Amino acid sequence: MKIDANARYAESHEWARWDGDEIVCGISDHAQESLSDVVYVELPEVGDVCDRNDSFGVVESVKAASDLYMPMGGEVTAVNEELEEAPELINQEPYDAGWIIRFTPSEPAEFDDLMDAEAYEAFLAEEEE
Amino acid sequence: MTEPLIFELSSPGRCAAVLPALDVPASELPAGLVREDLPLPEVSELDLVRHYTHLSQMNYAVDVGYYPLGSCTMKYNPKINEDLCRLPGFARLHPYQDEELVQGALFVMYFLQEFLKEIGGFAAVSLQPAAGAHGELTGVLMMRAYQLDRGEAQRNVILVPDSAHGTNPATTTMSGLDVIEIPSDERGNVDLRALGTACQEHGERLVGMMLTNPNTLGLFDEHVQEITDLVHEHGGLMYGDGANMNALLGIARPGDLGFDVLHYNLHKTFSTPHGGGGPGSGPVGASERLADFLPAPIVTRDPVRTDGDEVFYTFTDPPKSIGRVKSFYGQFGVMARAYTYIRMLGAAGLRRVAEYAVLNANYLMSRIKETYPVPYDRVCMHEFVCEGHFSDAPDVHALDISKRLIDYGFHPPTNYFPLIVPEALMIEPTETESKETLDRFADALLRIAEEARDDSDLLHEAPHRAPVRRLDEVQAAKELILRWEPS
Repeated sequence: MKIDANARYAESHEWARWDGDEIVCGISDHAQESLSDVVYVELPEVGDVCDRNDSFGVVESVKAASDLYMPMGGEVTAVNEELEEAPELINQEPYDAGWIIRFTPSEPAEFDDLMDAEAYEAFLAEEEE
Repeated sequence: MTEPLIFELSSPGRCAAVLPALDVPASELPAGLVREDLPLPEVSELDLVRHYTHLSQMNYAVDVGYYPLGSCTMKYNPKINEDLCRLPGFARLHPYQDEELVQGALFVMYFLQEFLKEIGGFAAVSLQPAAGAHGELTGVLMMRAYQLDRGEAQRNVILVPDSAHGTNPATTTMSGLDVIEIPSDERGNVDLRALGTACQEHGERLVGMMLTNPNTLGLFDEHVQEITDLVHEHGGLMYGDGANMNALLGIARPGDLGFDVLHYNLHKTFSTPHGGGGPGSGPVGASERLADFLPAPIVTRDPVRTDGDEVFYTFTDPPKSIGRVKSFYGQFGVMARAYTYIRMLGAAGLRRVAEYAVLNANYLMSRIKETYPVPYDRVCMHEFVCEGHFSDAPDVHALDISKRLIDYGFHPPTNYFPLIVPEALMIEPTETESKETLDRFADALLRIAEEARDDSDLLHEAPHRAPVRRLDEVQAAKELILRWEPS
């Protein structure tokens, strides 16, 4: 299982990574593995403004539909439209081609509240028990 | 699939129906109403009979074999139910007939309401909703109507535990209300502390809470009284999801536990064919304070037209009714079956249903739990949830185990639900199965665990002995083909 060292993580398994002034966001390798084959992704609209922990979309797999939660508050600047045709990108490359949204954070300091790679790894180990 | 679609059997000019000779002048349909492109199949009567007989032979049903599908209560449906609901006096009624001409049917509905009131501990029952989720929607709309009636329009939040049936949050959303999820504690109960916090935080906006008890883990919530008290203290109402009533019949009554409204699944608890075999029916029971909001109509005794012992039954609208939720009078055929079932068993028999359902589930759980870990290791109620994966065969999943069970002649359990248990297998044996059947099923599960270690491909490629092999669920979900087209 992969953990991107440059990203930070929420307890609901979304990752967030700085790219310039924006945050790129997706779900972790662990999350995609637990969901199994993703068959549909419901994306927000560009311009949507969400608070931290607001639901911004849904990932649906053959097993279950799961809400996606904002790891930080912000305004959506882009959504990964390729996921509409190829939701399996989330399974194949969760940290790269499988990104879900980009947003401009309203409180950049919220990034520091997220878990770094090491803390997330420990969190997963604890959840496994 | 070895059986073609009926459309593929079509041959121009064949017909399975013989119409009587025309005894009125022939009249052509207006040209604008005639379609040239309607590809209805043209088959002979024999082709038609063989086609559907073949399909029925491929079907799996509780009349064919064991069906431990968790949360669905796939018990045996006694055939006397079928006999009685087909009596001409029931089967040939028309919903527009006058009340004087349908007193027998109204009698059945009246007493079914009475039985359900007694079984659930409620003040009144409406038989209108047509299925479980429909009963949920009805109940939540009643709760909202009650809050509006008290001038509490700001109340728009429903609390739902994370172990809930997916229909609970869906119902809340359909009702235009917000869902707040409540986590479970380490014993599988509602986390009381989290519930207290949520009540504090959302108290002013609380419409109520939806709770299934026993919950989807098959566990009776050990704090159910505290939960209902807490929600009531904050001005909320308690909705009971009655999907799991089979565990409680004659033993505990949701009304006594503090529930204000509950739907019954007649098709589950009261043994009418379902799961593709027939329609559902989801009557709703209500406490005193919600009784006036029940959907119309309900059956009552008419004091004016009752003459001595000659009781006259009539349809009545509760005073603050949320209105109709179903055309005419609900699923009458299902009501007649449920009435028969209750009368055949009587009160003592219904209690035995719950006792045997719980005993069977605990017996089965104790036979397999060393191999299939049970995350909340407590005495279960009518069903239990175990984990379908093995540390020494990590590439085998609950889905593979489920598919392999088909090869052993069993319907798989519910899998991947509830969501709070990884690789969940949710097993509900029901009361109608013998110890021999339970043993055969347990033996099959234990054998499959050995196969997982010795030859996991056997599981990955299962089912081997079914009309179709492993279906591609990913392709089926992504490339929907909803219509047959001629090639």
